[in-house]
Amino acid sequence: MNTQSSAVPESLGSRGIDSRGIVPTPIPWTRLMYWSVQRELWENRSIYIAPLGAAAVFLFVFMIHTMVLRYRRHGAWVLSAADQHDVFAAPYELAAALIMGTAVIIGFFYSLDALYGERRDRSILFWKSLPVSDLTTVLSKLSIPLAVLPLLSFAVTVVTQLIMLLGSSLILLGSGASMATVWTQSSFFHVSLMLLYHIVTVHGLWYAPIYGWLLLISAWASRAPFLWAVLPPFVIWGVEKIAFNTSYFLAMLEYRLTGPEALTAPGSSLMDVMAALTPAQFFSTPGLWTGLAIAAAFLVAAVRLRRYRGPI
Amino acid sequence: MACIEARGLRKWFGTTMALDGVDLRVGESRIVGLIGPNGAGKTTALYAILGLTPYQGELRVLGRDPWTERDELMRDVCFIADVAVLPRWLRVSQALDYVAGVHPRFDRAKAEGFLAKTNIRRNSKVRELSKGMVTQLHLALVMAIDAKLLVLDEPTLGLDILYRKQFYDSLLNDYFDRKRTIIVATHQVEEIQDVLTDLMFINRGRIVLDYSMEEVEARYVEVMVHPEQTAAARALKPIHEREVFGRSVLLFDHADRSQLAALGEVRTPSIADLFIAVVGHQAGETQGAAV
Repeated sequence: MNTQSSAVPESLGSRGIDSRGIVPTPIPWTRLMYWSVQRELWENRSIYIAPLGAAAVFLFVFMIHTMVLRYRRHGAWVLSAADQHDVFAAPYELAAALIMGTAVIIGFFYSLDALYGERRDRSILFWKSLPVSDLTTVLSKLSIPLAVLPLLSFAVTVVTQLIMLLGSSLILLGSGASMATVWTQSSFFHVSLMLLYHIVTVHGLWYAPIYGWLLLISAWASRAPFLWAVLPPFVIWGVEKIAFNTSYFLAMLEYRLTGPEALTAPGSSLMDVMAALTPAQFFSTPGLWTGLAIAAAFLVAAVRLRRYRGPI
Repeated sequence: MACIEARGLRKWFGTTMALDGVDLRVGESRIVGLIGPNGAGKTTALYAILGLTPYQGELRVLGRDPWTERDELMRDVCFIADVAVLPRWLRVSQALDYVAGVHPRFDRAKAEGFLAKTNIRRNSKVRELSKGMVTQLHLALVMAIDAKLLVLDEPTLGLDILYRKQFYDSLLNDYFDRKRTIIVATHQVEEIQDVLTDLMFINRGRIVLDYSMEEVEARYVEVMVHPEQTAAARALKPIHEREVFGRSVLLFDHADRSQLAALGEVRTPSIADLFIAVVGHQAGETQGAAV
């Protein structure tokens, strides 16, 4: 890495006088990566608009719900433990699930279009005219569903939950309900921490082969990337079913989609499930490492394909 | 060091041979016109030079292998491959930010200077610009990059004559500094013929003519023959003959100018006429193999 930091290159300096033989200072990889990710955000504004929109809609509905609750429970505010969970914990889990779910859907369609769209609109000829390698480009595109979207939706979720907490505190103020109950039941900081853990492990690592597959198809398909991404698993499932009357592939897919946590504590609430999987357990899950190996293979193939493929 | 050096460049598309053993050498500070009919292999040859397509044979561009070192090569090479490849969602300001961010030789102030001469607004999206303006924007970006080699593939296709004229004017006046090399592939030969230092014809994946403009002028002579001299002129074996206003115009390769002067009015042929004479009679058969 070097220390070049300004956006204006040194072309007017000594290099400008004789640009022949002098090798230009290469742009640091981090900066190439930064601008490549920035580029994706410019093109796909849904990456941040959709989670924000989901949060806004949810907040609106939640506030109305809380107000209704406030006036219905005008008098006594005695809740059983189960009720307390429903009132104070469930909406927060729902908010997280809704925002994360939105991010996953956005990530799915983003990945399918990431290396296909630039070929379809021929802009790949412009991107390839710049000194950015195929590896950097593909990595920057992979970072959107694996890092940018999860972290962004995490931030949106935390802010949303904070607003929910403050909002419901205000609404319930003077209703007789104990504020302490609200704050302890929602156990805000603990939940946020669990959520971050879930995001890094599941969205960042466990799902990597899924997004790798989508990017690979998006780099390869000349048309209908959605069909090419979805049909092969379907066919494999069908062939396996008919030929061997087994469903190992389907079970494998299901395991991959529901996450490593599903096996540890089936049927319990979302936060309990997340908490049940310790880092030691997670990182010793063989599925994680095979998944990452497969993701790496898909990635290498996608990088190679981007080199070969031109506009369609 | 030669800017581009190719030996035995071959490229197949299925059963079609797009490049059939291309040998070429482009020196520094040249403006080369690469002219060929549709499907002759122009774009394939340029794509190979730019590292956009794999090939067989030897090819070095600025001393690098373009296929394996595209990103390094692009620090010193710029190209406009086809009109309208700028993504439609991109804002003008974003285009400037991005290129400034990733290109070590981009001079943003220079690009802003070029844009100031146009009607392009900084916050417009590419989709809101006319085709001519998109080309102006792309050219402004490219000209602000201090590159050694600029490759243009049909850069003015579909533009009106004002934009086309302006395009080549700014390229020559604001960009070409006698140190850079420019390769232009185009059909609109008349517009670039005064600009070129070298001329290359490509047909059926082969380079069929490769001369400097001085050599072209020295070799090829066109004579508008006096009607009574037609038979005498034909006896000197012209490579091509056409009729203009009822008079025969004969094109000669390596002929004695003083001998020809006696037969009619002698002049240097235009690139278009030369192209038809050298390539024309075979061109029809290669149609449809366009890449």
